[in-house]
Order: sequence, then C-alpha cells, then structure tokens
Amino acid sequence: MSDISTSAMEGPRGPRIRRTFSRHNIVLYGTLFIVAVYYVIPLYVMIVTSLKGMPEIRLGNIFSPPLEITFEPWVKAWGEACTGLKCEGLSIGFWNSVRITVPSVIISIMIASVNGYALANWRFKGANVFFTILIFGAFIPYQVMLYPIVIMLREIGLYGSLTGLVIVHSIFGMPILTLLFRNYFTSLPEELFKAARVDGAGFWGIYFRVMLPMSVPIFTVAVILQITGIWNDFLFGLVYTGPESYPMTVALNNIVNSTQGVVEYNVNMAATIITGLVPLSIYFVSGKLFVRGIAAGAVKG
Amino acid sequence: MSSKRPNQLFRNMPAKVAAIPMVVTALFIFVGGTAWTVVYSFTKSGLLPRLKWVGLDQYERLWGTNRWLVSIENLAIYGICMLVLVFVIGFILAALIDQKIRFENTIRTVILYPYALSFVVTGLVWQWILNPEFGVQGIVRDLGWQSFTFNPLYSPQIAIFGVLIAGLWQGSGLVMVLMLAGLRGIDQEVWKAARVDGIPTWKTYIFIVIPMMRPVFITTLVLVVTGIVKIYDLIVAQTGGGPGIATEVPAKYVYDMMFQAANLGQGFAASTMMLVTVALIIIPWAMLEFGGKRRV
Amino acid sequence: MTFSVEIKNLDLHFGNVAVLQQLNLDIHEGEFLVLLGSSGCGKSTLLNCIAGLLEVTDGQIFIGGENVTWAEPSERGIDMVFQSYALYPQMTVEGNLTFGLKNAGLPKIEIAERVKRAAGILQIEPLLKRKPAALSGGQRQRVAIGRALVRDVDVFLFDEPLSNLDAKLRADLRVEIKKLHGQLNNTMIYVTHDQIEAMTLADRIAIMKGGKIMQLASPHEIYNRPRNLYVADFIGSPSMNFLNGEISGGNFMVGKLTIPLDGYEFAKGSRQEGKAIIGLRPEHIVTGDNLASAAMRTKVTVELVEPMGSDTLIYATLAGTFIHVRMDGQVQAASGDEIEIGFLPDRASLFDPVSEERL
Repeated sequence: MSDISTSAMEGPRGPRIRRTFSRHNIVLYGTLFIVAVYYVIPLYVMIVTSLKGMPEIRLGNIFSPPLEITFEPWVKAWGEACTGLKCEGLSIGFWNSVRITVPSVIISIMIASVNGYALANWRFKGANVFFTILIFGAFIPYQVMLYPIVIMLREIGLYGSLTGLVIVHSIFGMPILTLLFRNYFTSLPEELFKAARVDGAGFWGIYFRVMLPMSVPIFTVAVILQITGIWNDFLFGLVYTGPESYPMTVALNNIVNSTQGVVEYNVNMAATIITGLVPLSIYFVSGKLFVRGIAAGAVKG
Repeated sequence: MSSKRPNQLFRNMPAKVAAIPMVVTALFIFVGGTAWTVVYSFTKSGLLPRLKWVGLDQYERLWGTNRWLVSIENLAIYGICMLVLVFVIGFILAALIDQKIRFENTIRTVILYPYALSFVVTGLVWQWILNPEFGVQGIVRDLGWQSFTFNPLYSPQIAIFGVLIAGLWQGSGLVMVLMLAGLRGIDQEVWKAARVDGIPTWKTYIFIVIPMMRPVFITTLVLVVTGIVKIYDLIVAQTGGGPGIATEVPAKYVYDMMFQAANLGQGFAASTMMLVTVALIIIPWAMLEFGGKRRV
Repeated sequence: MTFSVEIKNLDLHFGNVAVLQQLNLDIHEGEFLVLLGSSGCGKSTLLNCIAGLLEVTDGQIFIGGENVTWAEPSERGIDMVFQSYALYPQMTVEGNLTFGLKNAGLPKIEIAERVKRAAGILQIEPLLKRKPAALSGGQRQRVAIGRALVRDVDVFLFDEPLSNLDAKLRADLRVEIKKLHGQLNNTMIYVTHDQIEAMTLADRIAIMKGGKIMQLASPHEIYNRPRNLYVADFIGSPSMNFLNGEISGGNFMVGKLTIPLDGYEFAKGSRQEGKAIIGLRPEHIVTGDNLASAAMRTKVTVELVEPMGSDTLIYATLAGTFIHVRMDGQVQAASGDEIEIGFLPDRASLFDPVSEERL
C-alpha cells in the first residue's frame, strides 16, 4: 500500500517551475529595454538641451544632464527667438495655432458627425457614391489639390487668413472623421433608431436626443485625432496663411532653420519641446483613446 | 395622416441637407480640384494659371530636370527602406509585446509617443541628435575614437538615411499598434491548437498568424505608403532638401515650383505624377478589397 | 366588418430579391395575430412594413381603416417592441416611456398620468428613475412594452420580443403578454420563430415561407388540420411522421400495412384515391391502454429511447420509414423491446405528394 502512495507522489507535481531570469526572459526584456531607450532618447535630448546654457552645450555632449539648470532658453523661445528679421518667439505662433485648432476641431467634428449619422441611418440614393469619393479623396496627395483651393479661397477673399485655413482643415478632416462616425453609428443597434422613429422623433431629434448622448467616446476619439492632426499640420499652414498668421509648426521651423549668426541650440530645442507639448500632453492623458483613434482611422469602412 | 405620396426629392430632406458639405467637398474639392490640376498640367502656367496648351511639354521638362529625378530616386530609396523596416520593426515589436509581458502599457506608450509629434518636431530633434559636432558622432569621437564618422545629414550619399532614421522613429509606433491590434484579434484557440500540435512559435507566426492578419497588413500598407508619398514636412525641417539637393522629394518639388519659383505648370505636372503613383497603389488595393463583393 | 390592419397585395423587393410577394392579410380588431416562420421567411420584414420602417415596393397597408402606406411610423397609431428592447441607454426608464409622448407634444399632466397607468399595469413603478443598464433582461423588456403602452395606440407590434431572454423568463413574460392582451384588448401582431409562443399566444397564426403566407388559421386548426406539407412539418415538436403510400378503397396502404381511413375528413368533402402521404403526429400514434381506441394496430421494434420526463419518445422503423412515437413518461421501454402501436385515422393528415396540399 505505502509503495503505491509514495510512487504516485513522485515526478512533476504542482505548478511548473519557472525562473525569472530564463534566457527567454532576458532576451525579451533586454530587447524591449534597448528599443525603449531608442524611442526615449530624442525626448530626453530635447529636454536636457533646452535646460543647458550655450557654453555648456559647446563643451559637453548632448546626452549629459545639465550641470546648471536654466530656463532662459524656454523664455527666449517663447518670447524673443528670431525668425529672420522679427524676434517675437513662438508665442504668436502658439496663439495662431490655438485660434486655428479650436474652430477647426469643432467645425470638422460637427460636420462629420452629422454626415456619418446621415450615412449610417438615413441612407438615401447616391449617398454612397459621394462617400466613396470622399474616402478615395483621403488618399489623393494634398499637393494635387493645393492650388485649386488657393484659387477658391482667393475668390471668396479668405486666402491667407485663419478662417481660410479653418475651412481647409474642415475639408481634409472630413473623410477620416466621416468614416469614423459612420462606422460608429452603424455599430449601434438599428432597433434603437427604429424605436425612436416609431416614437415620432425626426432627423435632428434622433441625432441630438438618442445618438449624441451615446457617442461621447467616439467624440472624444475624434477630438483627440483632430487636435493632434491640426496642431501638427505644417503644409496647409504654410500654404494658406500669411506670415502674421503662421501656425506654431511653421513658426518653429522658421526659428530653427532660418537663424542667422550664432545658432542657439538650447533655444531651438526649447522651442521644439514647446511646440510638441500640446499633442504630447493629449497623448499622455488620453492613452488608450488615442490608440483607438488611430486604429479606427485604419479600419476600412 | 399623410395621404399624399411624399416627393422623392424631398424625402429624407434633413439627411440630404446634412450631406451637403460632404457632397460639395467630394465633387468640388476632391474631384473638381484634382481634375483642375491635371488639366492645367498640360498648360504653360507660370506665375498664374493660364489655359495655354503645351501638350506634354511640362512632363518632358519635369523628367529632364535633375532635381526631379533626384527627388524620385530619394522617394524610392526612402520609401522602400521605410516600408520594409517599419513593417519588420513594427511586427517584431508587436509580437514581443504580445508575449503577455509586464509593463506592457509603459512600453507601448514609449514606442507610440513619437507618432503624436509633428514631422517638424521630429525633423528638428533628429537634426540635433545627428549634429556632427555635438551629436552622436561628436560623442563617440570624444570617447577617443577619433576617426569615427557618422554624419548622414552632411554627406550627400547617405543623407536620405538620416531622414529615414527620424521617419522610422516617428512612424514605427503606428505600425506596431496596428499589428498588435491584429495579433490580439486572432482567436486564442489558434495558438492553443498550434501548441497542442507541437508547432514552434516562429512557424506559427509565419505560416498561420501572418496569413490570418492579411487585412491588417493591407490596410497598414496602404496607410504607410500614402504617408510616404506625402512626405514633406520632415524633409523641410530636418534637411531643407540638402545638402545641395541630396534629400529633395517630390512633394517639396511641387511646393517650391508652385509657391517659390512661380512655375505653376511644373508644380501641376509634378503633383499629377504623385497622383499617378498613389493611384497605382490604391486602385489595385481597392479592387482587391471591394471589387469581389458588392456591399448593400 | 372593419379590420384593424389590412394588407393588400403587398410587394417588397430588395434589389432583385422579392422578400414579400402579393401578400394579403386582414387582422381583426383586438386580435392577437402571430407571424410564425423560420428565419428569412419575411415575417420581420412584414412587421417593419406595417410599422412604416420599410418602404414597400407595391401594395397598400390600412390601419384602422385609413391608408397609411405612405405615413410616417409615428403617424400610424402603432408601437413596436423590439427583440433587443431598444431602450435609449442614456435616458431613465421614465425618460424612455415619455420620449414618444414629448415628441407628440402631449401636455405634462397627461404624460404623467399615462406613465403612472402603464407603470402600474407592468409593475415597474420602482424602476422609473433607473437607467436601462441597471435593469435585468425581463425588466428591460417590460419597460419596452411599457413604452408601447403609454402611447395608447391601437396596434402593438412585437418583433421577437422574448428571444433574448432565458427559457424560464420567456415562459413568465409570455403569460404576462397574454394577460396584457386580455386586459387591453387591442390588436397585437407578434413575430416569432418559436412555435410554443405562437401556439400559446395567438388567436390566429400566419405561417410564412418565402414571403408568402402558407396558412392563416387558429392554433388548433393549424395543429390539427395543416393545409399543406410545409405547415404540417413545421408545427409540432417532435415533428409529424410522414409515410408515402396510396389511398385505395377507403384505406391507406403503405408496405404491408393497411390503415382504414374511417372518420377522416377530406378537404374536398369526398373521398379521394391514388398516391398520397399520410402524416401522423407522434402523440397520435397510441400505445398501451389507449390501443383500444385505435382503428388499426401493428407491432414495431424499439430502436432508440429518449426519456423526456413528462413523456418518452421511442424511435422505430415502420414500413421502411423511421418514425417516432410519444409514450407516457412513466412507461419503461428499452431498445430491442417489441411494442404494439395503433393509429387514429381521424387525427391523421393526408397530402398530395405532388402539390403537397392537404387532401
């Protein structure tokens, strides 16, 4: 009897033994660590450089932490850095970007959400033709449409103004946002829409009373997508606004790439960080929703 | 109760009104604007667009211009390298992160954050890191290796690879995220079945998982390629097309011709060529994706 | 005679596919009509047409004597209860109940009164301030019914309202819907694929297939006198046994068996001859004590036994056809046993093998 019971307890028993420092784990985490370093380094370099004084930059290397932390480059980048002849810093560009981004985000999302809702729930003849054109339009290189839009804006007297740029952003945001909203509204149960119609609600009634309250997540995704997209835009800002109304990205490029005389690397890096700050903070705060926005944009309709 | 048949034109009226911006954009901007540019690429437009036909002159001049040829060559090199590397890096990273690792969120956040930054910011940071005096080359030399040379942004032959490093840094996170979503979308039972059958992990990836991820690969491919063709801001910020014309690209050629050189005709012809390039990629894809099945 | 809902020559096409074909249906005031059929038969489509949620290709729909073919859903004097409940998730139960009334511009006092009454009938007063997410499946469906109730309409449309619920709850709510109908006595049109729901609830059942109504009759009639082979096969679980044979001299001949047809009512009144299919429900093949009433008996070998508790199904081969017989649940039987079975010809159904119509 005892023979049998002991032999039954021999051999592997209970959970398998795993070592924390197995070769598999070392390779896996080692690789990921190196990768993470590669991705973090530029951000680190930006911050470190922007906090050093010029003499220290000339002596040390770009990776070494600042011996003496100074915020002067930040102040200079914000208010005094020169673009060619003018020395007004980034602040004007920043406020231009704000004045471009806020209305662009609101208008483009308003248009696209109603549009997506109409496409998802109120299908009418020909709607899909225009929608297909719109989606294909997203793939057309902007360069092809640059000049015709210049002419149109000039005709209505908005070329070179912030309003003109807002219109351009609303136009080019439309394909992706419409797709986003259409897919979302299609995914909502159709019976809900039917119930609302039986309840006597019309196009706008259903949109505002039934659909909107259910769409907070997708609106958040759209807002994130649009703020980062519009804030980071360079080409449209360059083409459709004048020097007084350049957005921040264009101002930044002008400060860094057109300086005459001594190059102030610390000021340049401070300016670069300041420009990246808005999308970066949105990214770090929104986290998963940002990812969802990208994924949603990539999913075909 | 309504006893009259509603007029077909006014049925769904609010929906049609709501669709006006879409219709206007689709017809006037996307179709109209594109057609306009293509038409004017056959004219002798200079400072202002003029309908004076010159046939294919603009295209002949375009393909006879060294700067355009360099631009195309750069785009080809950058595009192919970017495409291959971004997929390899993106997929491997996604596969590593998919191993139920610790700190998954941290790693993902770190890899993706460059994608939130603009190309201008990206270009300027890497311009600084690749600065020959203070950047990577300078540091290695300071460490005692005096002959070390890593100066892509000032060496015409390899300058485009300097841009490539920055492009990869900015864009690989996107591919990683999409690939990871694709991997997560695969039925876990496939993995269990492969494990029970004793198939090694790498074989499972190559022969089972990747073929199953075909749709993700295709959409990612389309996104990455259209992104590559549009590349402009990164070049302007990081190299300004230099040294010389070593890092010129088509999008920059178009902008410079249209808005700096007062040579609209060249700009239109060059942008039409960009359109053709994209069409060559998009149309087969669209036929593959939507051609077979008609959606109601 | 006025009808509550009349459907005249209704056609509906999706592209080239005809979903409803020349469909006619008259529904009496206060009637509980069930549209029954397997998926894809057009029953839900028909309901959506009545509700005005689908545009018809041809034909007319009358509700309460008025032609509503082109009217908006909310103008038709109907309300609809959906399978997924379709409650507005961000509104409270009360908000859900009042949304339609507010859209119709009813005075506040009236709205409050109607909500109170509906909540009383459905016993959902304690739930009024809750959001749908905080309700159980059964409660949600009750609210969905309440939404129809408050609108005080003449016609209720139900689109598989119980299909998302578990078996026990389904049985409970079924009884409640029946009670509600008895209480309100308005017209109800109810779509389902569940024949038990259809049999228990309906005044009349319309069995649909391929966009057409195969039979429209009371549950009793449909069960006992199916008009064609499809209906006979569709209704009843386990389904009817069919034997291919011949009618000759007042008897049904299949293999070596001769079943006398005394007492069978032919559809055309007079007796018919020739090839036919006989349909026998498992419970109309009798065993044991009931054998005495059978017009004809034979012996079969039990091949398979399925005890179901209340009754026991046995499977056997009769004249080359695999048949099932329902026996009392208390009878002990085992494979290989030989048992005696008998037939009740007045309960049988005869069909023409070509036209599949009832003889």
